[in-house]
Amino acid sequence: MSRPPGLLGAAWLIARKDLAIEFRSRSAFLSALVLSLLSLVIFYFAWDPTAVAAVDVAPGILWVTFTFSGLLGLHRSFGVEAQERAMDALLVAPVAREAIFLGKALANFAFVLGVQAVALPALALFYNLPLSVVLGPLALAMLLAAIGLTCVGTLFAGITSNTRMAELLLPVLALPFFVPIVLPAAQVTAKLLAGRPLDESLGWFRILLAFDLVFLYACMLTFPFTLED
Amino acid sequence: MTAPTPARRIDWLMVAAVALMTAAFVRAIYFTPPDRLQGMAQKIFYVHLPSAWVAFLAFGLTAIAGGVWLFIKDPRLDRFAESSAEVGVIFTTGVLISGPLWGKPIWGAWWVWDARLTLTLFLWFLYLGYLVLRGAVDDREARARYSAVVGILGALLIPFIHLSVYLFRTQHPTPIVANPTGIQMPAVMITTLFLALGAFTVLYMALVRQRMALAAERDALLDASTAES
Amino acid sequence: MTPLLEARRLVRAFGTRRAVNDVSFGIAAGEALALFGPNGAGKTTLLRLLAGLLKPNSGAAAIADATLPAPHARARVGLISHRTMLYDTLTARENVRFAAHLHGVPEADASTQRALELLRVADRADVPVRALSRGLQQRVAIARAIVHGPDVLLADEPYTGLDEQGASALTGLLLERRRAGAALVVVTHALSEGLAVASHAAVMRGGSFVRLEPTQGLDVARYAAEYRELFA
Repeated sequence: MSRPPGLLGAAWLIARKDLAIEFRSRSAFLSALVLSLLSLVIFYFAWDPTAVAAVDVAPGILWVTFTFSGLLGLHRSFGVEAQERAMDALLVAPVAREAIFLGKALANFAFVLGVQAVALPALALFYNLPLSVVLGPLALAMLLAAIGLTCVGTLFAGITSNTRMAELLLPVLALPFFVPIVLPAAQVTAKLLAGRPLDESLGWFRILLAFDLVFLYACMLTFPFTLED
Repeated sequence: MTAPTPARRIDWLMVAAVALMTAAFVRAIYFTPPDRLQGMAQKIFYVHLPSAWVAFLAFGLTAIAGGVWLFIKDPRLDRFAESSAEVGVIFTTGVLISGPLWGKPIWGAWWVWDARLTLTLFLWFLYLGYLVLRGAVDDREARARYSAVVGILGALLIPFIHLSVYLFRTQHPTPIVANPTGIQMPAVMITTLFLALGAFTVLYMALVRQRMALAAERDALLDASTAES
Repeated sequence: MTPLLEARRLVRAFGTRRAVNDVSFGIAAGEALALFGPNGAGKTTLLRLLAGLLKPNSGAAAIADATLPAPHARARVGLISHRTMLYDTLTARENVRFAAHLHGVPEADASTQRALELLRVADRADVPVRALSRGLQQRVAIARAIVHGPDVLLADEPYTGLDEQGASALTGLLLERRRAGAALVVVTHALSEGLAVASHAAVMRGGSFVRLEPTQGLDVARYAAEYRELFA
């Protein structure tokens, strides 16, 4: 007899399915990549290197770029379910509603990490930054930030997918929530690039971690309430 | 079809609100001594602080009302949340206007990223996102559902914004000549402040009640028109 | 016969409007209920209640001893709609296999192959769904709905967009499911197709059943005439 998968198993199945769909067309991922690379280029040409050092301008550029390219991938997360009302099939299946959220958040997380993996080396290249020294803590900050961004972004993508002006509404709703993620992450990046000792960044890491824990649970628990029942 | 409303009854709550507001203003301007250091500019404090109190109170109540709605689905709770948000955003705007008006003569600049004003700025963004979301959803039940979740998450966000801004200010202090809210307050000023707080709160209640009545009428009209079709 | 699918005084309101107003019926294994009625009668809402997509305001729907919308009750439901509910960039096989995995079907690959063969789409199984015709897409959608062997099959306007060949294939398929012991509810505008598939027929109006009877011995032409009169 069939035994439906548990919360994590179902989430994993849904994440895999979402990534398979995205991999088929790759259009959202490529758009996000191109946007982030283009942003880096535009910021470069808008910068006066004689006035400001690269290590001072890089954190802001990096995190603005991540924030907006992360938003790009979120919208299609629930778009695939709306097309042929595939969401109904997901809701009838004997899996927890929370698993749907978790699965989509996982797929979005992989998406954001993918963009980060390209944009960060590009930043180092374009701005001639010595990143290898601080790569460990920087990667941790990016990971923690990606978790927070995808949790909140996935939930709001789910809400806005059923509204008018969905593509405009998602940033308007989500960006205030991104600030307690981007602010600490950018501050950590700035301190690391300036060669400051690691313990000066501890406070920021704590905020990132606390945000992730609180909002992972809050978004997962409130997601079922966004569904009609 | 309901009969047209009879001759308008007097809204005694609003009358009381206006009376209290007048009393508070008169007392603040004529019967409370000006601050030693700041002079007459300090008087704006009696508008600024009570507005901030109402701004945050209104959001908290919106979030709570939405949260309770998720469980008992009483439409009055959603109408209250909607009304409290619309009234709250006005008071928040008031804080953001009175703050710089007060700050310019004291700080010498219109905006210095003061921790409390920055937090209020984010509250304003949260309100705007909430109201734009409500405007983008036609279905009443879906609108209530989404608003409730966004309200709860927004309330969760406030402490994180506060933490982030606080840590930022600690690491990047800007020299401020005088701290506007660090005034030693004699009893006469405290009394005026509490009178203003009470007046603003009653004004909030009166405005919300009127707004709720409008919302109830709108919903009743919509119900009647869909029943006829 | 104890009913396999049962609705007990189901009520579902949206605001002040009762879309489903005190509906009760029972369907045994192997039986099928055709549900007719005009737009806005509440048929889709009723089906969504039976699928566990909506919670009733009062009353209950149950499959054997499992009350909907609990997950272990939903596990026994297969849903077919006029929308395919498929992911059109994935292949038919991937779509059906995903559903099999979600339901925890043992030997998902084999079950997927069996479902695709039963619906006679196995030869086009590894093509993206969007490259298939509407009729074939509908067959893939049905394969997805039955891969986990549901006791209850719910179909909302499944004949939409199907040509004659596709429609007769669908009818054959639904009858085969009945023979396999499933209980069916089919919402449709097509009176003759619905009566051909079903053991019972109901007419819904304003959220309630105004007619409910076995189809055996029913004269289709007279039923159609009476139906038209109901909504004249």
